[in-house]
Amino acid sequence: MSKVDLNKETGPREVFCGLTSIVWLHRRMPDAFFLVVGSRTCAHLIQSAAGVMIFAEPRFGTAILEEKDLAGLADAHEELDRVVNDLISRRPEIKTLFLVGSCPSEVIKLDLATVAEKLNSRFLGQVRFVNYSGSGIETTFTQGEDGALKALVPLMESTDDDKLLLVGTLANNVEDRFKKIFNNIGITNVESFPPRQSTELPKIGKNTKVLLAQPYLSDTVRDLKHRGCEIIQAPFPLGVEGSTKWVLAAAAAFKINELKVHEVIAPLAKRARQAIEKHKEILRGKKLFLLPESQLEISLARFLHNECEMELIEVGTPYLNRDLMEEELNLLPDDTKIVEGQHVEKQLDRVRASNPDLVVCGMGLANPLEAEGISTKWSIEMVFSPIHGIDQAADLAGLFSRPLTRNQILTSKSLATH
Amino acid sequence: MELTLWTYEGPPHVGAMRVASSMKDIHYVLHAPQGDTYADLLFTMIERRGKRPPVTYTTFQARDLGGDTAELVKRNITEAVERFKPKTLLVGESCTAELIQDQPGALAKGMGFDIPIVNLELPAYSKKENWGASETFYQIIRTLLKDKANEIDKIDPQRWKSLGRRPKVNILGPTLLGFRCRDDVIEIQRILSEQGIDTNVVAPLGSSPDDIARLTDADINICLYHEIAETSCDWLKRNCGMEYTTTIPIGIKNTINFINEVHEKLDLPLTNQEELEHKSKLPWYSKSVDSNYLTGKRVFIFGDGTHAIAAAKIAKDELGFEVVGLGTYSREMARQVRAAAKDLNIEALITNSYLEVEDAMKKASPELVLGTQMERHSAKRLGIPCSVISTPMHVQDVPARYSPQMGWEGANVIFDDWVHPLMMGLEEHLIDMFKHDFEFVDGHQSHLGHTATKGPENKEDQQTRSNIDIQKKGNVIWTDSGRAELTKVPFFVRGKVKSNTEKYALSKGLPEISDETLYDAKAYFG
Repeated sequence: MSKVDLNKETGPREVFCGLTSIVWLHRRMPDAFFLVVGSRTCAHLIQSAAGVMIFAEPRFGTAILEEKDLAGLADAHEELDRVVNDLISRRPEIKTLFLVGSCPSEVIKLDLATVAEKLNSRFLGQVRFVNYSGSGIETTFTQGEDGALKALVPLMESTDDDKLLLVGTLANNVEDRFKKIFNNIGITNVESFPPRQSTELPKIGKNTKVLLAQPYLSDTVRDLKHRGCEIIQAPFPLGVEGSTKWVLAAAAAFKINELKVHEVIAPLAKRARQAIEKHKEILRGKKLFLLPESQLEISLARFLHNECEMELIEVGTPYLNRDLMEEELNLLPDDTKIVEGQHVEKQLDRVRASNPDLVVCGMGLANPLEAEGISTKWSIEMVFSPIHGIDQAADLAGLFSRPLTRNQILTSKSLATH
Repeated sequence: MELTLWTYEGPPHVGAMRVASSMKDIHYVLHAPQGDTYADLLFTMIERRGKRPPVTYTTFQARDLGGDTAELVKRNITEAVERFKPKTLLVGESCTAELIQDQPGALAKGMGFDIPIVNLELPAYSKKENWGASETFYQIIRTLLKDKANEIDKIDPQRWKSLGRRPKVNILGPTLLGFRCRDDVIEIQRILSEQGIDTNVVAPLGSSPDDIARLTDADINICLYHEIAETSCDWLKRNCGMEYTTTIPIGIKNTINFINEVHEKLDLPLTNQEELEHKSKLPWYSKSVDSNYLTGKRVFIFGDGTHAIAAAKIAKDELGFEVVGLGTYSREMARQVRAAAKDLNIEALITNSYLEVEDAMKKASPELVLGTQMERHSAKRLGIPCSVISTPMHVQDVPARYSPQMGWEGANVIFDDWVHPLMMGLEEHLIDMFKHDFEFVDGHQSHLGHTATKGPENKEDQQTRSNIDIQKKGNVIWTDSGRAELTKVPFFVRGKVKSNTEKYALSKGLPEISDETLYDAKAYFG
């Protein structure tokens, strides 16, 4: 096992809360609606994170708590009932409604589970209600997806069928590619969770083998285990190396000959490595600093070091689940500095002191760092772009080489020389 | 509980951040969970600021709630003061922290710092962003000036005369994430300096606590945006006797009214009244013949109070539009907007719901919409041209070029921004003439050649247009005289004339088209 240098830090953090994951979850399941029970801040956060502004009637909204809800003048449960009725009459196509808890709803201990239960019996056969918390006092950014998926697990019916279940939101085209690859190596029964329709939840049971596509699903994994599912230990499918080992791990679980896998993967891997080459030329030897946000940082660091030859200064992560990340940690070079948690000011001091060539960070920090002459890549792009799988490996490398290339273009021929 | 799919204004602490980020040497400790840090991106992404907002978020977590969150607040305050060395510290809380009642402002005051501490209490469950900005600005001014206000005499706006200097004013209200504030300030300062009036302080934008402390050096205040500065201007008037202007200098008429108001308050003679009419191109552009086509254009207006009221006045008095809808999301300015609407014989729409605005827009069937970025999108869905006149800010509302809304240049910008989305005069006339021609069907065609997909009928049209040897259409025959007359019709309307004439002949059951038939048809279609 690799001896990474694990550190913990506490202090002011600069990360999104779990509500942000609604932005990609609602696109994955177009028949679902996400109703945040929260404050104006929650509403403003989601609309700001979702591409700065939303211009259609989106499939998410906020039931904004008002003074009378807090002062007990209005029964919050009745109020929520009214809002839900209004919403369902306007959007009759909604099949699943997620009631999403927020910081204020958690603090005032609004019991969304009971509300969901009552609504479920009232709208039986029409709309299904589930609840989870996306609050920033409990969840960070991508953890919101963990909450949403965990809330769906009890609704999944049981089966003893052999199947491979890919868990974690993937872009549709990436999902299709993975299914094709698994079919080619002989795993034919492959399903995804979350599904493309909220009502078409996969069935699960003791013969379900779970392969995680995303690293931030600790709670969902625990519940899937309780339902008898087998969790396949693997690194995550980012880059050629991660994706290959990921597919190999699934193949091993299905007792498929490794040679068969290599036969299918080898041409894809060769093609991908060639495509990565031009990005590697730019990234090789460059110093990388990852600030914590999406929880993908460790996998990205592994890819950018092992396949793009970048030098890792520090790998931040909002939290570390050692069980899920074990395979990834093993692939990192010895003494990689991993920092769990954050003190944003101290971390930025370290960024400046280490003179990195590229910093992966949140949108709030990117332009200020650029203004100091430090190139950046927004971490939110990792959760909105199709980056998983062998076929996307070069695109993933491209996300990091682009800021450096751009920097080169803009500075090599200074405007002053004209 | 209010169902909200999208909101015009953020919570009040975002307003406080707008004020804090606009200023120098100030820091804001915000007791808030980690998710609230999203607000930084409003400044760094939308406004493209190269600096982080001067805000420390305490980012308390669920596990802290059982313990001592007050201790966490104090730790963050201590660290922030040590690291950023602010000259004034703002302390407040966001929606969630308001519920746990740690009272961070009171905590900070008990910590023994020798800098002024402004305790911000911004009720997150009843107030919104602009109110938060206004309250924050007011609390900063009050904290930094209350002692001085007790000591000094009431400020006489005409004292500059006896002091033997030029008159001096403060420009109050511009903030980050305010609509074109950066450029409005430049424009207004330019106008004032042309009149021999100096600027003492611009605040909050670009000011420091030291600047706030010397606000009373000015003779009067200019309230540039009611939403942000009116409360502060009121306080300065009550406590220091400082007069303030209320005219918002957007549009030619109100820029002139504004200059007059400033001169009256200062008792400064206005010597170049006539010149003022010619400072902007708007009056002449609006009068030029091409603008005849703007007369009576139906316009729907929605935005913050200041910009919506200003837009209505310009639309009606300076461009000759007909205002068919006027509304605002600024509840604090509902009274003024209602009054402005009453003058136009319409009812004001006061709402936070963009869907209500879209509905009202649809019912008013305007030819032009002046609104926020959200109205731009609603208008796009309805196929109506739109120009953006108000916050909430979008990255496009922070243009690289100088682009004020106020003053002379502001009027120029407004003329261009409002009129360009409309089809301009002669152009509109011609397009109306040719609108049935195939070139104008399915969008404008390229001069590279007509490779776009077209129906069979259009192909036929194209063929006949290039070949004047028209013989038959249905049972209709073109006679020699008819054909000769058709060749005299300018080529760009020939296709239209031909098809109209044939349609006419068929409807009248005429077997032939002569030169006379062509004129009959022309008279018939008009």
